This record gives sequence, structure tokens and C-alpha cells, in this order.
Amino acid sequence: MQLDWSSIPRASNALWEGFQFSISLTAFAALAGIILGTLLAMARLSSIKPLSMIASGYVNIFRSTPLVIVIYWFYVVLPFIIGRPIGAEHSAYVTFAIFEAAYFCEIMRAGIQSIPKGQVYAGSALGFTYGQNMRYIILPQAFRNVVPLLLTQTIILFQDTSLVYVLGATDLFGAADKIAHRDNTLLEMYVTVAVIYFVISFFLSRLVKHLHSKIAIIR
Amino acid sequence: MISIKNVSKWYGNFQVLTDCTTEVKKGDVVVVCGPSGSGKSTLIKCVNALEPFQKGDIVVDGTSIADPSTNLPKIRSRVGMVFQHFELFPHLTITRNLALAQEKVLGRSKDEAMTKGLALLERVGLKDHAHKFPGQLSGGQQQRVAIARALAMDPIVMLFDEPTSALDPEMVNEVLDVMVELAQEGMTMMCVTHEMGFARKVAHRVIFMDKGHIVEDCAKEEFFGDLNSRSERARHFLSKILQH
Ligand SMILES: Nc1ncnc2c1ncn2[C@@H]1O[C@H](COP(=O)(O)OP(=O)(O)OP(=O)(O)O)[C@@H](O)[C@H]1O
Ligand SMILES: [Mg+2]
Repeated sequence: MQLDWSSIPRASNALWEGFQFSISLTAFAALAGIILGTLLAMARLSSIKPLSMIASGYVNIFRSTPLVIVIYWFYVVLPFIIGRPIGAEHSAYVTFAIFEAAYFCEIMRAGIQSIPKGQVYAGSALGFTYGQNMRYIILPQAFRNVVPLLLTQTIILFQDTSLVYVLGATDLFGAADKIAHRDNTLLEMYVTVAVIYFVISFFLSRLVKHLHSKIAIIR
Repeated sequence: MISIKNVSKWYGNFQVLTDCTTEVKKGDVVVVCGPSGSGKSTLIKCVNALEPFQKGDIVVDGTSIADPSTNLPKIRSRVGMVFQHFELFPHLTITRNLALAQEKVLGRSKDEAMTKGLALLERVGLKDHAHKFPGQLSGGQQQRVAIARALAMDPIVMLFDEPTSALDPEMVNEVLDVMVELAQEGMTMMCVTHEMGFARKVAHRVIFMDKGHIVEDCAKEEFFGDLNSRSERARHFLSKILQH
């Protein structure tokens, strides 16, 4: 078999565009997912029963449904909800934020539960309300404790964004896939993007280690 | 100042507190002692509503804790509390530990909170440690910061839950000294402690608890003066902790 790598440099512009979309989708989904996931975690741990039931229902549904189904599902349902076509890219943003929130929720929940009850007592005893206690005492510590898990989940998320190609969105993999079929360079293209995914993921996981030692709380 | 009236509390079927009644008057120093599991921590946590109770009432400076319309964070902000395990906030520097609640709860300015915090830090002898993190201090130092943090809120009463029992022996006195000084300045205090030297020195009253009941509640002189008229359980308990 004859491999032809010459088309790769020519494809670099298209790949770069796709790459930018992958990154911005990852960044948005991670940020929105962590914020939403934190709210969900607080709801799950709430003593208000209906609230914790809704939150745990949310988490269980998304954690037991394959991502690719959720991607299709939102693509079909979202236009009905907002009353107009939404497009593959926007649909992907919404889907990933909502889907990832379920995973980030579980991480934040573990983080919150890792804070000793005495810290909650101490905050309350100083007169903090529930909200102030969460904001100033519990969440900052919980967040620091789970930064490695959050970043690891973000790396998985980055790889999972490649699934949006099923909607025809041109993320990194979608762009590669289109060129691969056009130029009949399947193997070359797939190897190239695999290397890119690997390098980014590897770089991020090194960052995880570095950050962890930097922000760990002095004990 | 604090009036505890017929308080009972259950964890499920297990009754932790049974019909507890006592009073802490302004300027009083009351020491609470008793065997492990007798409900001392639970009782003291009921006073600032960190633990809910099912029966009775506690009135703090005229405000009923059991009344559902009471603003609990507000009443808690006026009651200082010091914990066995210090519970400084490990992610904040000592200065932030001292200033945070002053700013967010009392609405003091950053400068005001900082000045007040530093003054109290100096008072507990730790001025040089202002910019460290709690994890960089010894247990005794952390507990002194915790006392300063509580005092920064200008509390009307201070609650202590075994403030020295997690400390290495050589650090106990540096914390007790701060507490003695507070007591001598007239601070109203309710202290769960087994430090009978402290009780002898500054307490006005001693409460002895056993199995969720307040068994003894009398003046210090009476409590230590005439051991033979104490209850069986109290005598047994005292004989064990007064040995050393
Ligand atoms: N969250 C809880 N759920 C069930 N039981 C509890 C809970 N917290 C405390 N208890 C029980 O309540 C009883 C009183 O506990 P408490 O901590 O008030 O005792 P204590 O007098 O402070 O003891 P120590 O000297 O060991 O601190 C104990 O038997 C304890 O096991
Ligand atoms: Mg206790």
C-alpha cells in the first residue's frame, strides 16, 4: 500500500479551523459543565428531597445514555424547544454542556463531601449563610481537591467532541474526515488527527500534574 | 445571656439529650464536663443552633433558637465558637481567616477587618504569622488563631468545645492562658473541657453531664469543695481525671 502524505499540509487550513472548533467546544462545555455540575451537586446534596431527586435523576439519565444518542436527540429536539433550526455547531455546544454537567456533578459532589463537617460548622458558627458557606469555604476547597479529576474529565470531553462529526459539524475529526474522503487519503488523515488528539491530551494530562502540585492546599 | 430550657434531642431513636436545663448569666464562666459520649458537644452545639433539637428551647440574649422565624446566621454571628480541631479555613491565610466573616457577615470594610484581625492576632501573640496558612502553624498556634477569629466578631458569649484536647501537652497552656485572660476580662464563656485546673482558676459554675442528662450544676466552690456530696457518677469521673 502506498501512503501519500503530501495532502496533509494542504489540508492544514481546514484542520486548523476544525481544531479551533474542537477546542472552543471543549472549553465551553467544560466551563458550563462545571458551573451547572456544581449547582447540580449542591442540589443532590440538598436536604430538600424533591431537589435532590430531580438532580440525581438528571445525573442518572445522562450517565446511562450513550453520548452519540444524546447528540442526535438534542439535535432533533432543540429546534422544537426554541422554535427554529439551531445548526449542528450550536446544538453541539448545548448538548455537551448539558451532558458533561452530569459527570462534573459527580466530581463536584465528591469534592464537597471531602470537606470535613467541622468546616461547615465553623463557617456557620461565624454567621455565614448556607450560600456564603458554600461560596467562601466549601466550594473553594472542594474545587481545589478535585482539580485533577475535573481536568481528566475535560481530556475525555475533548476526545468525545469528535463525535459531533455525526451531525456533520466540522470539528477537528469532522474536517479530517471530509478531506480524507475527498482525497481518498483515509489512513493518512486518521493517523494525523489521532496524533493531534494524542499530543493535546498528553499535554493536558501533564498540565494536570503540574497544576495539582501548584494549587494543593497546605496542610 | 443563655438560658437552656428542658432541651431534649434525639438521633433517630437514640436520645442524646434529656431534659437539659441550665443558665449562663452575663459574665459567667461555666465549665461543662462529663464522660465521652455524654452529650457535651451536642449540648453546646445546640446553643448556637449548629445542631437542631426536638424539644425545649434555648434563649440567647433574648432570642429564641427554637422559634422558626429566628434569623439563625445572625444570632450565630454574635456567639463565638472554638472547636476541638480548630477548624481554621486551610485555603485562606491567617489574615483572611480573621477578616472574612467580619467583611461578609458584619459588613466591615477590608481595612477595618484587617486592623481588627491584626490587633487580635497580636493579642494572642501571633502577629508574625499573619501571612502564613493554617497548615504552617502548630496546633496550639492554630487554636489561638481560632480564638482570635471568634473574638473578631465581637461576640457576646464564647463557646468552647474541648479546645485543648487535640493538642500536644506542651501546647495546652498557651491556649489556656488566652482563655484565662478572656475569663478575667469578664467574657461570658461556656467551656466543655476536662482541664480542671482551668475550672478551678476561673470557672464560676461547673456542670457535669452523663448520658444526656445534666447531673450536676453547681458553683465551683461547691463542686470541688465537697466531693462527698457529689453524685456517684461525678465522683467516679472526677477521681479518674483528677489523678494526674
Ligand atoms: N450525627 C450523629 N448521629 C448519631 N449519633 C450521634 C451523632 N453525633 C453524636 N452522636 C452520639 O451522641 C452521643 C453524644 O455525642 P457528643 O459528641 O455530644 O458527646 P460528647 O460528650 O461531646 O463526647 P466527647 O467527650 O467524646 O466529645 C454519643 O453517644 C454519640 O455517639
Ligand atoms: Mg465532644
